Amino acid sequence: MTRVILMLIFFVLCNTGGELAMSYGMKQVGEPKSFRPIALLRFVWAAAQNSWLWVALPLLAASFYSLLILFSWAPVSVVIPASASNYIVGTFGAKYLLKEDVSFKRWLGVVLVILGVAIVLHTGGH
Amino acid sequence: MSHEHRLRFKTLVMVLLMVVCANTGDLMLARGMKQIGNVEISFPGLRHALLSTIQSGSIWIGIFFLIGFTLCYMTAVSWADYSFVMPAGAFGYAVQTMLAILVLHEVVSGKRWIGVVLICVGVLLVGQTKPNTTNNTGPAAP
Repeated sequence: MTRVILMLIFFVLCNTGGELAMSYGMKQVGEPKSFRPIALLRFVWAAAQNSWLWVALPLLAASFYSLLILFSWAPVSVVIPASASNYIVGTFGAKYLLKEDVSFKRWLGVVLVILGVAIVLHTGGH
Repeated sequence: MSHEHRLRFKTLVMVLLMVVCANTGDLMLARGMKQIGNVEISFPGLRHALLSTIQSGSIWIGIFFLIGFTLCYMTAVSWADYSFVMPAGAFGYAVQTMLAILVLHEVVSGKRWIGVVLICVGVLLVGQTKPNTTNNTGPAAP
């Protein structure tokens, strides 16, 4: 059970970190100018030169593999609901890293997700 | 059929496809990993798991469906508002639990269902937030 919780924390940190880095990097790259093959190639080349993308990719790969490991350790009915912990970390990241204004409704949602994940994990992670 | 009805109908179809792809993808990944067995956290254990996942048909089918999910999701949010598409993601946790019972024959207690329902409601509330709270980039009112 402890190893499931530790791997879940690793998954959530890698996933949220990867998505934040990807989002930050793609904002620097900007959107493709058109959907013609040459414009798309230029877009991919520009993205490949962005260092944030190279931070994001290993983090997202690690999050994918940690999810696979979780599937080998615990039932799907535990792993998938518990993966909603992303919303908890994401909201704290939005509030304290990105300085977003988090509404009361959103905090209430986070509390419900924390309660739900705690109950799901308590029912068995093996 | 009016433009709005057509848009609503095709968005609903895309959201349905999105849910099917996400749930099938996760189920296939889980099935593949159950076939591979418990992953040991050691260098040989992780190397064995990595090689086994690369050779697993179920894992590749799962990845294929998850790519399908990403494409459907991107299409759905390009047609409709995020707040219209998002609830499907929240209810996905309940759908996935139901499929785990039906397809993988997992035993889910009443207590776990309570946890899943709390998560669904919580995710729904988290998603009902303003898309931009940090700056106003739009033009000033005249």
